[in-house]
Amino acid sequence: VQNTVQHVLLQAEDMQQQIIRETFHLVSKRDDNVCNFLEGGSLIGGSDYKLIYRHYATLYFVFCVDSSESELGILDLIQVFVETLDKCFENVCELDLIFHMDKVHYILQEVVMGGMVLETNMNEITTQVDVQNRMEKSEGGLSAAPARAVSAVKNMNLPEIPRNINIGDINIKVPSLSPF
Amino acid sequence: MALKIVKGSIDRMFDKNLQDLVRGIRNHKEDEAKYISTCIDEIKQELKQDNIAVKANAVCKLTYLQMLGYDVSWAAFNIVEVMSSSKFTYKRIGYLAASQCFHESTDVIMLTTNQIRKDLSSPNQYDTGVALTGLSCFVTPDLARDLANDIMTLMSHTKPYIRKKAVLIMYKVFLKYPESLRPAFPRLKEKLEDPDPGVQSAAVNVICELARRNPKNYLSLAPLFFKLMTSSTNNWVLIKIIKLFGALTPLEPRLGKKLIEPLTNLIHSTSAMSLLYECVNTVYIDVNTPPLPSLSLSLCLYLSLPPQLCVQKLRILIEDSDQNLKYLGLLAMSKILKTHPKSVQSHKDLILQCLDDKDESIRLRALDLLYGMVSKKNLMEIVKKLMLHVDKAEGTTYRDELLTKIIDICSQSNYQYITNFEWYISILVELTRLEGTRHGHLIASQMLDVAIRVKAIRGFAVAQMATLLDNAHLLTGNMQRMGICEVLYAAAWICGEFSEHLENPMQTLEAMLRPKVATLPGHIQAVYVQNAAKLFATVLKSQEGNTDSTAAQETSQLMIDRLPLFVQSANLEVQERASCILQLVKYIQKLQQKDVEVAEEVSALFAGELNPVAPKAQKKVPVPEGLDLDSWINEPPSESESEDEQPKAIFAKEEPKHSRPRREEVDEKELAKRREARKQEQANNPFYIKASPSSQKVYQEAPGVEHIPVVQIDLSVPLKVPGLPMSDQYVKLEEERRQKERAEKKKKEKKKRKEKRSGRGKKHDSGPESEEDITPAHQVDIVTEEMPENALPSDDDDKDPNDPHKALDIDLDKPLADSEKLPVRSHRAAEAPKSPTEDGDATSQEPKKKSSKEKREKKKDKDRDRKKSSKHKKKKQKKEKEEKEKKKKKKHHHHHHHSDGGGEEAVQNGTVEEEEPLPVSVFFCFLPLTKVYDIQGNLQDGSQVVVSVIFENKCDSFLKSMEFNVLDSLNSKLQRPEGSGPHDGLTVPFQLPPGVSNEARFVFTVQSIIMPQKLKGTLTFIVKNEDSSTHEKLDFKLHFTCTSYLITTPCYSDAFAKLLESGDLKCSSVRLEGVNMPFHHLLARICFHHHFSVVERIDSCASMYSRSIQGHHVCLLVKTVSIDAKCDEPTLLGNVLDEIKQTFSQC
Repeated sequence: VQNTVQHVLLQAEDMQQQIIRETFHLVSKRDDNVCNFLEGGSLIGGSDYKLIYRHYATLYFVFCVDSSESELGILDLIQVFVETLDKCFENVCELDLIFHMDKVHYILQEVVMGGMVLETNMNEITTQVDVQNRMEKSEGGLSAAPARAVSAVKNMNLPEIPRNINIGDINIKVPSLSPF
Repeated sequence: MALKIVKGSIDRMFDKNLQDLVRGIRNHKEDEAKYISTCIDEIKQELKQDNIAVKANAVCKLTYLQMLGYDVSWAAFNIVEVMSSSKFTYKRIGYLAASQCFHESTDVIMLTTNQIRKDLSSPNQYDTGVALTGLSCFVTPDLARDLANDIMTLMSHTKPYIRKKAVLIMYKVFLKYPESLRPAFPRLKEKLEDPDPGVQSAAVNVICELARRNPKNYLSLAPLFFKLMTSSTNNWVLIKIIKLFGALTPLEPRLGKKLIEPLTNLIHSTSAMSLLYECVNTVYIDVNTPPLPSLSLSLCLYLSLPPQLCVQKLRILIEDSDQNLKYLGLLAMSKILKTHPKSVQSHKDLILQCLDDKDESIRLRALDLLYGMVSKKNLMEIVKKLMLHVDKAEGTTYRDELLTKIIDICSQSNYQYITNFEWYISILVELTRLEGTRHGHLIASQMLDVAIRVKAIRGFAVAQMATLLDNAHLLTGNMQRMGICEVLYAAAWICGEFSEHLENPMQTLEAMLRPKVATLPGHIQAVYVQNAAKLFATVLKSQEGNTDSTAAQETSQLMIDRLPLFVQSANLEVQERASCILQLVKYIQKLQQKDVEVAEEVSALFAGELNPVAPKAQKKVPVPEGLDLDSWINEPPSESESEDEQPKAIFAKEEPKHSRPRREEVDEKELAKRREARKQEQANNPFYIKASPSSQKVYQEAPGVEHIPVVQIDLSVPLKVPGLPMSDQYVKLEEERRQKERAEKKKKEKKKRKEKRSGRGKKHDSGPESEEDITPAHQVDIVTEEMPENALPSDDDDKDPNDPHKALDIDLDKPLADSEKLPVRSHRAAEAPKSPTEDGDATSQEPKKKSSKEKREKKKDKDRDRKKSSKHKKKKQKKEKEEKEKKKKKKHHHHHHHSDGGGEEAVQNGTVEEEEPLPVSVFFCFLPLTKVYDIQGNLQDGSQVVVSVIFENKCDSFLKSMEFNVLDSLNSKLQRPEGSGPHDGLTVPFQLPPGVSNEARFVFTVQSIIMPQKLKGTLTFIVKNEDSSTHEKLDFKLHFTCTSYLITTPCYSDAFAKLLESGDLKCSSVRLEGVNMPFHHLLARICFHHHFSVVERIDSCASMYSRSIQGHHVCLLVKTVSIDAKCDEPTLLGNVLDEIKQTFSQC
């Protein structure tokens, strides 16, 4: 387990899955009106670590941090991350994240690097992400993916439980999927 | 080939991309695993293709599958392939995959070093950024060592985007390669004042992270942080700084006083709740630490808040409806508790109230606080509340947490707060009623500890334990309660060991020999059997006193009847003990039948008392002098013998689960043999009650105990063990007792006062009872744990030697030593110890074929010289510029003939040499000593230059006591160790046998770098022959060219353009006469000799950039025949241009 902030996607595969399952189990059974902090079990690295999460509709954003981070600061950071996602995906919805996990990672990498907070300024983050996306586009990209993703949305039901706690549904501004 | 490409792109149309994969997985909910395995097969096919786009797509999908928990380490090499693509799109995919899948044991990481280095120095900042991000996730000690210097250079990159990433990743580098901390620290410190807020924030982040673990090394940074705190507006940075001060104030009390004002200002001005919280937290907590009581007072006065009110403020937070604030309030409270327990204790009601909160996080916090709040006075009350919660608690995790907390609270600091141990024992007994707890062993060890160490309580404890044993079926009836049956282990042992306290030992003995005991885990059964024997001894003793001897004989018969059940146990420990005791009892019975009194002798078996031993006692026993535990007593057996390691393997496999060793696995043969022997013995034994054939069969088939018929009692209601006193009664009793005591005391006082009536008439109010007033109910003698007599006290027991931060506890204020440099991928480092064939140019001793005529001539020259020099040691000095040129040729020569180095090329750390020109300046030769030197600006300090000199002994004598001395000029001074005079020489820290070379480094302080300079120096040394030794002296000149102050620094065209536009730079130009070499050679030469880097090249025109160690920018516009240059220091520029001109005039 790395220092400070950590996106819950490190470690050996089986261990990693166990952590994610456990974390999801812990977080998902909590009410909305309880606090956003969960003290660390042995799985996430002991007493110095805690889980800090935010809940948006069917989506949980969970950060695992050690005591060098400010709790409320991390809550703010999650908000920044989510708002950035919203900007980069233009009214983000759950399926954006599910189908573009790679892009979510690229955005997250501009916020958190190697387990440490890199940037907290949303404009700076979006600028850098945009420039990199433009570079990708100028190189021809990997494939014409977005069009197909949209068609996929049409014939699909939303999953009851997100596969990964970091994927799911952010319905901050436009929760409805009806336009598709 | 063309066909292949077409085919590749057609294939691609049918390939799944990531989105298709995700959709596919979602459509195959029922047979997901199968679907994914076909996908993985497809991916494997795709990875086999040459088309990089196909590969990248495959790797992208793999990254997703890895996230779902599939192992993709088999594709590690393909990931590296994609990482090394030149297209950003693919590179990014590759690095993302690497950051997700690579870890320290991934072996292909070794292959990435050069790729990463290339990407780090890429002209595209996003290539660099992607590489940095990826590296931050999988950096290994090797990568950290090899790339530390590259990353450090990036910390001064022109783009803030790269600077901030480079700064941040340094933390990872420090962790993996602690030696880099000191050399990198000055620059890191510099970045605290970077104009870009992002870079500044990253630097603060890294330093705070470092300081958190080793605060004392960072005290000197306090003023800088203080400045930052008052100037920064970034909340994130401010929070970090305040947290850092929190770690520093305990070490430097004066700091706290200074902090008051800015913190108060922040409290008044900030709007961010998170920041406000950190301020409050720091002001109230960190400043209140013990070394600063006066400060905390003044601080509190300043804020017009007496200490209790600090907590009051937190109370407001805790009472807030916002659960987050409530949580943080409790968290802060627990920090205050450590320093001001009293002020927190008055808020017990609030904390207890929090135990009822629906939020588990808050309840756990409250529990944590309670631990520190207990006192003799309130312990019983608090524990009573907790016991209520235990009953109410849903979910085993929280209940288990409660249970451990209760035990922690009670047992803390050697049972300091327990006044009534009867109460505690009954609490423990009540806790055994918990269903499904995992902490049976914890309760058991507490029972044992209390019974052993508190002598006064033994009688009571034994009675309680006997009841427990009697009701053992209640604890073991339900399989779910297996965890709790551990307490029977303790109960049995206590009853056996202290059996003299038992009221009815016979009844307990019977309880311990019930057939149902055989369903308990083996290690508990073993304790049962052993302690039954102890009890038996006690019972015999009491019975023999009576006239009727039949009672004693009946007891023996009971043992003989019941023990065979244990003899059959599958657990070896149980079996062994049982059969041993069975034989003993049979013998006793024989004696009893002859009317011999045996009780005395039987109880002698168990005489003596067991003392508690401290857990660390064993470790603290000092090793006697002269005892070497690692040396062999006998010669180790030869290899062939050790082949037969079967018995060893058995022991290795064995893992004692519980405190008692269990030996379950024994050679099947051996077991059979023993069984046979026992059967034989049993058959011959007239007292043995033979088992029926059927039960024998059961035993052979199933070594377990499942086949023994047991009536399962399923109790879903919490159990009330009959006859057990409830702990509540003790609470009441204790209160009564205390009241009585108080009353008595008052009476006494009154009496006293009556006696001294004439004295002060003022009535003395006894007030609330204080801690000291409470006397323990029993005269409690808590036996301390034993320690070996001459144990060495040591406090380092709890430190984890594997903590990576321990290695980072480095003094950062000490000036850098010469040896402390980051490993630089350069000739200098690689060639230092090299053979003369590489560096020594023509001075090589080994006869070597030289290609150029010139060189041959030189060699002759030198050979002649050497002949002379063997006697005269005459120095031969060459024109530096010539040498320089030659060195360059030499370098290339070397590069193409790697094997020439005679095995020493291994030192080349596998890097490609042409990639980056090296800052090699001047080059000298001496005979018999060869000295090669290289001047390099110190990156960390603008006024330091490091000169590394390679000394090579070319004569046949031994050279020693070498002393290096330079005549200082006003501008340049040799750095000498403290205390030595300005003319003292520096001792070269090695001696040179014939033919050997070694490198020494000397640091010079240079004030102005705008002018080239020559320093005169001497080297003195002693030449030792077999029969004589002579003292010799060698003069030399060190030439500090302006070029040697330049450091190759990458620069990008936009920054370069900005620099030129800024107008601060002075212009100058030089014509290159008679140079006819290809343009790219010309550029390479400038790069190589003068430490420039190419910014941009358009046809036969190129812009170049370099930076001096003092930060001067030098920009060149190079055309085939002329160079236009700009620099903010005209003199420096002029000199650099002269040097460049000279370089070219020589070819």
